[in-house]
Amino acid sequence: MESDCQKYLTLSGLEPLVVTPESNFVNVGERTNVTGSRKFLRLIKEEKFEEALSVARDQVEGGAQIIDVNMDEGMLDGVHAMTTFLNLIASEPDISRVPIMIDSSKWEIIEAGLKVVQGKCVVNSISLKEGEHEFIRQAKLIKRYGAAVIVMAFDEIGQADTYQRRIDICKRSYDILVETVKFAPQDIIFDPNIFPVATGMDEHRKNALDFFQATKWIRTNLPYANVSGGVSNVSFSFRGNNIVREAINSAFLFHAIKNGMNIGIVNPTLLEIYDEIPKDLLECVEDVLFDRKDDATERLLDLAETLKGQKNNVEVAVLEWRNNSLQERITHGLVKGIDTFIVEDVEEARQLAQKPIEVIEGHLMIGMNVVGDLFGSGKMFLPQVVKSARVMKRAVAYLQPFIEAEKDGKVEYAGKILMATVKGDVHDIGKNIVSVVLGCNNYEIVDLGVMVPPEKIIETAIKEKVDIIGLSGLITPSLDEMVYVSKEMEKTNLTIPLMIGGATTSKAHAAVKIAPHYSNTVIHVNDASRAVTVVGDLLKKDNEQHLSELRASYDLFRANFLSRTKQKEYISIEEARAKKYIIKWDQTKIVKPKKLGIQVIRDFDITTLEEFIDWSPFFRSWDLHGKYPNILEDEIVGTQATELFRDAQELLQRIFSEKLLSAKAIFGLFPANTINEDDIEIYDESGNTLQTFLTLRQQLKKRAEVPNIALSDFIAPKSCGKTDYMGCFCVSTGFGTKALADDFEANNDDYNAIMIKALADRLAEAFAEYLHKEVRVNHWGYAADEDLSNTELIKESYKGIRPAPGYPACPDHLEKQTIWKLLEVKKQIGVELTESLAMWPAASVSGYYFGNPEAKYFGLGKITEDQLIDYSKRREISIEDARKWLNPNLTN
Amino acid sequence: MSNIYNELQKRILILDGAMGTMLQDYNFSEEDYRGERFKDYPTPLKGNNDLLSLTQPEAIAEIHHKYFEAGADIVETNTFSGTSIAMADYDMENLVYELNYESAKIAKGVADQFTIAEPHKPRFVAGSIGPTNKTASLSPDVNKPEYRAITFDELRIAYKLQVEALIDGGVDLLLVETIFDTLNAKAALFAIEEVKEERAIDIPIMVSGTITDASGRTLSGQTVEAFLTSISHIPLLSVGFNCALGADQLRPYLQRLSNETTFHTSAHPNAGLPNAFGEYDETPKQMTAFIEAYFKDNLINIIGGCCGTTPAHINSIFEVSKNYNPRQHKDQR
Repeated sequence: MESDCQKYLTLSGLEPLVVTPESNFVNVGERTNVTGSRKFLRLIKEEKFEEALSVARDQVEGGAQIIDVNMDEGMLDGVHAMTTFLNLIASEPDISRVPIMIDSSKWEIIEAGLKVVQGKCVVNSISLKEGEHEFIRQAKLIKRYGAAVIVMAFDEIGQADTYQRRIDICKRSYDILVETVKFAPQDIIFDPNIFPVATGMDEHRKNALDFFQATKWIRTNLPYANVSGGVSNVSFSFRGNNIVREAINSAFLFHAIKNGMNIGIVNPTLLEIYDEIPKDLLECVEDVLFDRKDDATERLLDLAETLKGQKNNVEVAVLEWRNNSLQERITHGLVKGIDTFIVEDVEEARQLAQKPIEVIEGHLMIGMNVVGDLFGSGKMFLPQVVKSARVMKRAVAYLQPFIEAEKDGKVEYAGKILMATVKGDVHDIGKNIVSVVLGCNNYEIVDLGVMVPPEKIIETAIKEKVDIIGLSGLITPSLDEMVYVSKEMEKTNLTIPLMIGGATTSKAHAAVKIAPHYSNTVIHVNDASRAVTVVGDLLKKDNEQHLSELRASYDLFRANFLSRTKQKEYISIEEARAKKYIIKWDQTKIVKPKKLGIQVIRDFDITTLEEFIDWSPFFRSWDLHGKYPNILEDEIVGTQATELFRDAQELLQRIFSEKLLSAKAIFGLFPANTINEDDIEIYDESGNTLQTFLTLRQQLKKRAEVPNIALSDFIAPKSCGKTDYMGCFCVSTGFGTKALADDFEANNDDYNAIMIKALADRLAEAFAEYLHKEVRVNHWGYAADEDLSNTELIKESYKGIRPAPGYPACPDHLEKQTIWKLLEVKKQIGVELTESLAMWPAASVSGYYFGNPEAKYFGLGKITEDQLIDYSKRREISIEDARKWLNPNLTN
Repeated sequence: MSNIYNELQKRILILDGAMGTMLQDYNFSEEDYRGERFKDYPTPLKGNNDLLSLTQPEAIAEIHHKYFEAGADIVETNTFSGTSIAMADYDMENLVYELNYESAKIAKGVADQFTIAEPHKPRFVAGSIGPTNKTASLSPDVNKPEYRAITFDELRIAYKLQVEALIDGGVDLLLVETIFDTLNAKAALFAIEEVKEERAIDIPIMVSGTITDASGRTLSGQTVEAFLTSISHIPLLSVGFNCALGADQLRPYLQRLSNETTFHTSAHPNAGLPNAFGEYDETPKQMTAFIEAYFKDNLINIIGGCCGTTPAHINSIFEVSKNYNPRQHKDQR
């Protein structure tokens, strides 16, 4: 009895949205997405919800008919963030009048969103990736919550990349949804994958055409279904050439709509008006989109070259700015990070000045102030500032001998800052970036380096009369070390403000754990871009009021945090063990490794690792947020990310060709069995126990059918009578990093000094990924037929896991000592453990191998006192020691 | 029970009128509310009308009887506040199953008597599912807009228990009514779908929202069309509006609803707007005149009354309804 008028996709916020053939194209606002907008991510992380709401409001006012909300970011509690933000949107009628698109790759976040929105939403997205069973389960729930759904053309094999695969997967998805789930067909929106064109690769030649045809096929053959897509991806290979990009996007959109795409995400700033695309360009573009000529791509590339008008202008401009005034040239060099002419310009300034010091205080500081202003207003990004600093340092280094010859020159600094990575920790990329940024803002930096004991920090602070102490650290034990330093500072009656930073630190930690121990200012700085403002405010004259307000705001934050913290329920360790993850060992095929025992790799061809690099974290270490490769075309940071990436590639090729870094690895595969539920015994081939790994078990109270997991659940228990296997490993690409970084620093090149460390970190991770693959496919061999792309590796699509001590599944750093004993890591490859159990060199990764296909990554969460006591007995250490090491994971 | 679809083809079905207005005539005291069973209950119980199904079942049966006599095809169970959430006001969460089960039995017993006596006019019982006294998409605290006094899951669990008890007690259909907040209603519909799946049964569902004032929106801010879109994912017997407004004020919204939906439509408006003393004083004749306009304009399949309406109102509407055909939606015309 349903009539055609009900067969249009109809959504609702406070008002309805009906997608009819007349509505042409529904545009989805995409800025409230933490993976696509760095600004939005920051606002959510800092809980600046008012501003975050204004991002949503701007979208709606700008004409978005649906707003996409995505909270998929590792450091966010996605369920909490989604729930809170959608609840806030609900109280803003000017935003909530439009429907919401709940966007997540995690089902629990999608479901959390569905539970708080009264209107009819769109879920973005589900697919057959995890198989029919999961697909049906999710679709059924979405229907019951009353939402429409985006279905990705993705199945158990992977993403659809041909016409045939697209229509096969969409047809299969459609049939299941309509026939099995009884999903209303008009509530189905297919995303048949928009991929880049003109990449130069033959298999991509039909990317656009296949999309058009698949869209047309869907709209013709799958009654009432809709089609959606993210448009700007199509022109990805022309990033940097906006004329061509805009032409491609607009021509693609024109034809996609003609073929039936009726919903989509389009960046309006990257769209030329179809009719205004020059005829010759349009013809070339359409030749590519429709794969009409064999040489279509070459011809478009040739044409694109002639259209790089902007590029040509840049080259002309390079010479033109040299005709400007001296100050303008110096400023230009600093802002653009160009050091080619700086010595020449500084020399000219010196000859004009009374004293050489005036060049620093005058010309150079004027230029650096411009840099500081641009950075402060978000118009420059971190890598650019570090490059500016490099130019500044070169200039100062040139002037230094002249200043010393004068003997009376002393630079007036704005303040003196002590910077240190705390005892037991070796990670200093973030600290160095902050130092550089402060350095360019005329602060004098006393950098004590890494693994700095508290006595040295305090002694230096007093001796050097510093104005601020900055502490940094990355591994979790460093959090406690910072608390210790703050207590020592209090004991010594220091009154110097304490500044805290580093990846695992947080405002919550600073306010709740550190501030109570130090009666003076404690402040957390979460990224380098804020450091300048924070330090400026701390050192302002007559700022007692600011300091006491700051203190009060931390007290308030602490009070709110403690009262807000949800009271979670925990079960006893016995109950948790009774709810362990069950693997049916009698039905499990255990694969014996092809070769048992320890193997060492000392001379490894490091170039092999290039294709295994996961670049997203690299950008993050430079404060550029977004996923690679999309970040290269990000609206805000795209240009800067592209430039940074080019510099990284350049240094990476140097590392490869000049063999600047060496890579070493050791791994072992052993017989193993779980004993006493939570411990794993490691045997030699005759069955003698070599070592015992201790695992920790989740204790958060969960639904009856959800297990409380420990890693030991993935190894067969001794009692079942079967021998199982596990492995462990350590890889390092850090040998040579320090010497190189020191060289760069000596050459006043902080940019590359930081770059080399960031690259070494990426190579170490890539090495761990590579070695894991080798182990799966060859040495252990349980996945001999595996064939996964790098993207799939990064997404951890493989069988088996490689959890690392110190990370969520096994936060106990002491396990590294067991690995070190078992493999003789230090003796064999030279990687050492510090007293906080950080690895040195820093660019190292260690962990275990679990091969069971059911093994999966999980977060331990918090554990309670009973497990702590039990653990201290198993570890044979005092409860106090155990408490110290497991502190971040203890309840209260 | 499935023949309600047949009956809907034949005529305009009549829903009953207010329960509360009728109960006022009994002037029950605190002791009457308590009865023997709850005489020592620690909380005051006067005003807990749902409890009367246990302590004054004859009165409840009598009221159902009067409405059927007046011409009603469907009566609602005395369970408007029968969730653990609403019953928390009286510390009676544990009685929820029993209250709903017994209320359904009482209504069903009366309906069966009438159906046996008049087989050409079968009578039906609708399990009344109220909105609870909390809202899932609005914050009760203006300073904490992200806060919610109740979650979807809490509502879903509470509604599920009510639905199970109503079905066990024998209701023919379910009526999710007086919807202020669409998210609450979606939780109720979710719970009903769970029960339907677990028991492998089907049961007709009526949904009735509330347009709170002349803004033409629900309390949670949705327009008529947005409300309809948000609850149409489940096959419904009918969708409509009740409460807050009188028949006259409700008409434009009913018109918009009727234009947009292919489900059957329902309405049970109040007897006008409350006067200065908070009383509803629209007479049966006045109200029927407004409702006759619904019939003339082909707007309605199921009609009844909410606050202030009595068997006299229902009888007057019933008599006039005989002269009109039930609404056909635009694709049937």
